[in-house]
Amino acid sequence: MSLPLKNTRSTYGLASISLHWIMALTIIGLYLLGLYIDTLDYYDPNYRTFPHWHKSIGIILLGFYVFRLAWNLINPHPEPLPQPPMAQLATKVVHKLMYLLIILVLVSGYLISTADGRAISVFSWFEIPAIPAILERQEDTAGFLHYWLATGLISLAGLHALAALKHHFINKDQTLNRMLGKAQSTQE
Amino acid sequence: MKLKTTLAGALLATSVLAAPGIQAADYAIDTKGAHASINFRVSHLGYSWLEGRFNDFSGQFSYDEANPNASAVEVEIQTASVDSNHAERDKHLRSGDFLDVDTYPKASFKSTGYSADSGVLSGELTLHGVTKPVEIQVTKIGQGDDPWGGYRAGFSGTTEFQMKDFGITKNLGPASETVYMELHVEGIRQ
Repeated sequence: MSLPLKNTRSTYGLASISLHWIMALTIIGLYLLGLYIDTLDYYDPNYRTFPHWHKSIGIILLGFYVFRLAWNLINPHPEPLPQPPMAQLATKVVHKLMYLLIILVLVSGYLISTADGRAISVFSWFEIPAIPAILERQEDTAGFLHYWLATGLISLAGLHALAALKHHFINKDQTLNRMLGKAQSTQE
Repeated sequence: MKLKTTLAGALLATSVLAAPGIQAADYAIDTKGAHASINFRVSHLGYSWLEGRFNDFSGQFSYDEANPNASAVEVEIQTASVDSNHAERDKHLRSGDFLDVDTYPKASFKSTGYSADSGVLSGELTLHGVTKPVEIQVTKIGQGDDPWGGYRAGFSGTTEFQMKDFGITKNLGPASETVYMELHVEGIRQ
């Protein structure tokens, strides 16, 4: 039984599952890399390369994000698995909030690096140009937001992961299996 | 509003009346027209100079050609206005590693004496919450009427200090411990 590329009414397709896990690992990786960069000494050999990677991966993540939104639009959303109305609502809010935080973290990061009009070089492969600064001391404000929004996003992702584990081990439903491509077909 | 106008008028009258009595002329540093700059440079790895500036500051000085030793200067700098032409570096310079501008939003210099013979202006520099004596080597550039009905005088000055003397302990390497300051001020006589 091979997984379809597109979503069905009952489960996620290969594309959505891949996007979910690629972005999840990338975001966690970027967060840890960001925290590590902050501790680097001026003379550390990675003082210049790690920020370059962090920004480059961030821009590529933005590409995945945009593609994912478009993919969600042209795909059916699998039916929510049955759960109490309050849990249903919480699920929806957390999902939407994570989407919102991802774009805000990406934009705030972009605003730090481009505050002085410098472009962001993506792995020295292509450049994302700067827009004119919109704030006084933009790099400071954007830096503050970037850190706290990212920390908020990682916290929500943690909650999201715990909820997935609860569904899997306590409720014993198909929530996590669906995102692992292992959901048993209950139909067809 | 009325009170303010009256008060301003009274102050103006007082200063006009008092002006002839004061020996030294008072000058306001022309930061409005940006005919003044506070620049610094720090060695980068010992291979070249990194130059930066503080964009936001204000000050005044008094100077009398007939009695130059009575000269006095006061300058106040908004530390957050540090500008090294690189946003990410400026962010780092404003952080706790260097200027810590949230805790120490202002730096200042207040002169304590001037020797016309040596051109040395002594004074106290307050930076990063630490006040220390510094000596500024001053050169007069020129003075005279400006084309807009005012009178101006301009000076340049250089000084240097160790970052760690002002409690800035971030280690940038042995070549980069000293900050060299280059100051250009043009004053408009008040």
